[in-house]
Amino acid sequence: MAAKRTLELSLGTTGVDERGLPRPVPLGMEAPELEGAEGAPRLSGEHMLINIGPQHPATHGVLRLVVELDGEVVVRVIPHVGYLHSGFEKLGEYRHYNQLIPLTDRMDYLAPMSNNVCLAMAAEKLMGIEITERCTVLRVIACELSRIISHLVWVGTTGIDLGAFTPFLWLFQEREKIYNLQEQWTGARLTTSLTRVGGLMADIPEGFEDALRGVLRTFPKALNDTDRTLTRNGIWCGRMQGIGALSAEEAINWSLSGPMLRASGVDYDVRKDRPYLDYETYEFDIPIGEHGDVYDRYLVRFEEMRQSVRILEQALDRLPDGPINVDDHRVILPPKHAAMNDMESMIHHFKQVMEGVKAPVGEAYFSLESPKGELGYYFVSDGTAKPVRWRVRPPAFINLAALPRMAEGHLLSDLIAINASVDIVMGEVDR
Amino acid sequence: MNPSAEALQRQFGSAIRRVRESCGDTIVTIDPARNREILRWLKDTPEQAYDYLVDITAVEYRDGELPLEVVYELFSLRRKVPLRLKASLSKDQPLEIASVVSLWAGANWLEREVFDMFGITFTDHPDLRRILMWETYAEGYPLRKDFPLRGRFSRSEQVRQALNANPEAHYSMEELSIAEAYYELPADLRERLARGERGHVAEPEGER
Repeated sequence: MAAKRTLELSLGTTGVDERGLPRPVPLGMEAPELEGAEGAPRLSGEHMLINIGPQHPATHGVLRLVVELDGEVVVRVIPHVGYLHSGFEKLGEYRHYNQLIPLTDRMDYLAPMSNNVCLAMAAEKLMGIEITERCTVLRVIACELSRIISHLVWVGTTGIDLGAFTPFLWLFQEREKIYNLQEQWTGARLTTSLTRVGGLMADIPEGFEDALRGVLRTFPKALNDTDRTLTRNGIWCGRMQGIGALSAEEAINWSLSGPMLRASGVDYDVRKDRPYLDYETYEFDIPIGEHGDVYDRYLVRFEEMRQSVRILEQALDRLPDGPINVDDHRVILPPKHAAMNDMESMIHHFKQVMEGVKAPVGEAYFSLESPKGELGYYFVSDGTAKPVRWRVRPPAFINLAALPRMAEGHLLSDLIAINASVDIVMGEVDR
Repeated sequence: MNPSAEALQRQFGSAIRRVRESCGDTIVTIDPARNREILRWLKDTPEQAYDYLVDITAVEYRDGELPLEVVYELFSLRRKVPLRLKASLSKDQPLEIASVVSLWAGANWLEREVFDMFGITFTDHPDLRRILMWETYAEGYPLRKDFPLRGRFSRSEQVRQALNANPEAHYSMEELSIAEAYYELPADLRERLARGERGHVAEPEGER
C-alpha cells in the first residue's frame, strides 16, 4: 500500500489505476493554457529567447534549437540543422556504386549495417541483381543487429536525459557485445561497410553463430532488468506520459516513420508492408502504441528489440550454406588468386576497379525499415557507373521536422524528453 | 503498371504528360502547374488514398538540355501501393512550383531542402529558408550540376569568409524579435544587423 502511495505521489496528476499501474494519459492532451483562464491568476510573463545547442549533451548531436519561452512554457521552437552537413548526396554523383558504401556508414552511424544493406539493395534493384540465399539471411542478421544497437543507445541516452544513468551502463554493456560481433565480422566497430552490390564484403567468421546465440541468450536478461527499472518507474512515467503526443492522422500528415509513427497507432512497418529480404517469411510482431506520446515511443522501441531477438533466432536457424556473392564477375570482384592467374578474371577485376559497375538507364527507390524509420535510397542512372542522383530519404530528418509541433505548449524540460523521443542521429539528419 | 496511372489519365487528361515504368516502379510525369491539384486528388480520392508522403526531392540530369524534375514519392498506407510523380521544370523559366505543405505538413522541411540544394522555389511555402546550408550561404545551390564538387569559392576565400564571419550573428532578425532580444545586443552589432550586414564580408581592397 505504501509503495502504491509513493508511486501516486511521484506521478503527480497522472495517477495509477486499481492494479497499481500508471494510468495512461488520453491522446491529444491539451497544451497548458498560456493566458490565464478567467478568474485564474495570469501566469504568463515576458517572453524569453534561449538557445540550446549545437554543443549540448541533450540535443544528441549538433542540433541547435532556438526556443521562445514564456516562463517555463515553450511557445516556439526553431530548429537549426546542417552543422554536420557533409554533402554525401553530391559526393555520390562522383563515385561508383560500391564506393558509396563507406559514405553510408557515416550517415546513421548508430546503425551502419542497415544503411549498408539499404544501399546495396537499392543498387541491386536498379541493376536487377538477385542476391544469394545465404546473403539474404546474413543481411537480415545485419539489419536486426543494427536495430538492437541503435535502440540500446536510444534507451540509454534518453535515460540520461531524464536522469536515469544506470540503464545506460547496463545497455551499453550489451551493445559492446554486439559491437564485438560486428568487429569480428567486418573488422570495424563503427564504419562497417559490410555490403557490396551483389553480396557482402565478407562471410561471417568461424564461431560467429555461436557467439551470436550466446548474446541472444543473455541479452533478454539485460532488457528485463532495464524493463523493471524503467517501465513502471514513477519518475519515468511522469516525465513521459502525455508528453509530445501526436494523433495517428497527424503522424501520417507529418510523414513520420518508424517507431514514431507506430507509437501513434499507425500500423506501418516497411518489413511487413513493402517486404524485402524475405521478411514476410519470418514470424514477428509489430508493436503499436495507442497514445502517441513519448512513453509509447519508448514502449514500441523496447518491444522492437525483443522482436529483433526473435527474428535473429529464426535467421540463425535457417542460415543456409552457400556463396554470399552472386556468381557474376561483372558485378562482384573475382577472387584474388583468379585475378592474378586468369586473363578473363583479371579483365573483370580491372574493369570493375577502374570503370565501376555500369547501371542501366532508369531509376529505383528502395526503402527498408531502419531503426529510425523508413530509410530510402533513390538512384537515378543515365547508364554510367556513377549515379546521376543519389537521394537519401532520411527518417531522422523527417521525424525531426515535427519537433516544433510536438514541443510547443509543453515545458522546457519536456522539450528535452520530446527531442530525445525522436531518436535523431545528426549524421543522417544533415548528411 | 500501377492502375492509378490510368485513373490519373482519365481524370486529368493532358495534364498527365507521360507514364512509364522503371525497376518495377510506376512513374507518372505531370504538368507542374497542376501539381497540387493532382496530389490533392490522389490523397483524397478514396480509391487512390495515397495518404502518406514518403519523400520530395529533385533531379538534375548531366545532360544540360533536360529539365529539372521535382519528384514526389507517395505511398498508400491502406492499399500498400507506392506511386512516383514527377514534374519537369524547364531551365529557361523561373524554377517555381506550388508547395504542397497545405496537403502534408511533412513537406515543409523536404521542400526547404530542395530549395536549399537546387534553388527551386515553392510558392505558398510558409517558411522557405535554407535548411542544411546556413542562411547567408552565397555559393549557390550545391546539388546543381554546374556547382563544382569543391564549392564555388576558392578554399582561401572560404577560409577568409569563415574567419571574418561574426560569431555573434547567430540569430535571424525574426528570432531576435522574440523578447526584444535585439535591443540587448551590443550597440555595434545592432548597427551591423540593422544595416543588413549579417554574414557579408567586405571585399578586400585591390584583389581579384
